Amino acid sequence: MRKLILVAVGLAIVALLAVPVYAQEQATSTERELGVHWLAIAMAIAAAGCGIAQSRAVAGGCEGVSRNPGAVDTIRFFIILGLAFIEFLALLTFVVILILQ
Amino acid sequence: MEHHEFFISTIFNQYIANPIASLLGFHPPHDVLPAHVVMVIVVSAIVVLLALLVRRKLSVDRPGVLQQILEILVEGILGLANDIIGPNPRRFFPLLGALFIYILVGNLLGLIPGFMSPTSNINVTASCALVVFVYYNYVGLKAHGFRKYMAHFAGPSLVLAPLLFVIEIISHCARPFSLSVRLFGNIYAEELIIGTLNALFPFLLSLPVIALALFASTVQAFIFIVLTMVYLGGAVEHSDEDEEPVH
Repeated sequence: MRKLILVAVGLAIVALLAVPVYAQEQATSTERELGVHWLAIAMAIAAAGCGIAQSRAVAGGCEGVSRNPGAVDTIRFFIILGLAFIEFLALLTFVVILILQ
Repeated sequence: MEHHEFFISTIFNQYIANPIASLLGFHPPHDVLPAHVVMVIVVSAIVVLLALLVRRKLSVDRPGVLQQILEILVEGILGLANDIIGPNPRRFFPLLGALFIYILVGNLLGLIPGFMSPTSNINVTASCALVVFVYYNYVGLKAHGFRKYMAHFAGPSLVLAPLLFVIEIISHCARPFSLSVRLFGNIYAEELIIGTLNALFPFLLSLPVIALALFASTVQAFIFIVLTMVYLGGAVEHSDEDEEPVH
């Protein structure tokens, strides 16, 4: 199982690296066309990481509330603040994409 | 970035801004004010009109709906500031309340067709963040003088002071950047998503996203002032902690 996953990841990396090769063959302005696809992938990775992190934060918050329902207000405050900080990492990617676009 | 024409900004430029500019001797080939500046003026006008409307009908016995909403807002912000900043948060209230209402109205304005969120332009959010940055440093300097304020950058231990000082300075300089980019990124992304969904399927597909955007706009305005409070608290609080061990 472990080997299979490793092989799959390796194949995925090879496939991703192959994209620029295909792009370079046809287009003259390779820089630009290649950029757009890579930017989409970058945003996808950022969104995935952001989603995992936020789900962990919210799960922790829910656990805290179920253990101690009296602390709802404090926990809600910290969750919203923490989610904003986590979201900022994805937004940084978004801004970088806007700049590179 | 793409250029959109907004009815209201075209009208505003044509009848007010361009004549004033030509009176002052400027003759630019395009409109004088970009769309987001016009939207900032619209937001300011809305807030001022709202405030005047409420002030005219202020009453202790029979408060109107608007007055009650604003009272809840004031109570909430003051309570939160009391928790985060510490005692006597009322002196910071003008900044906090103004920022909250300005950003909230700015965020919500973009959901009305024909308008644009001024906060979806980085210049507007950066102006808010710079005001916060300058203000909390000013408050900190005023609270405990130049030397003590610099000392609280350096941290408690003398050995780590050179390292901590540099790190603290960098992290403080990152604050206005993170404040402005957070607000800008959220609102701009929201507008992009609504625009894209509208292009896919007009009006119907973007409705759930607009409902989400209503929530996100409020949360973003809330987070902006909460972070402002945290920064203000950090600038003010240290003086009390430093003074206590001396006595």
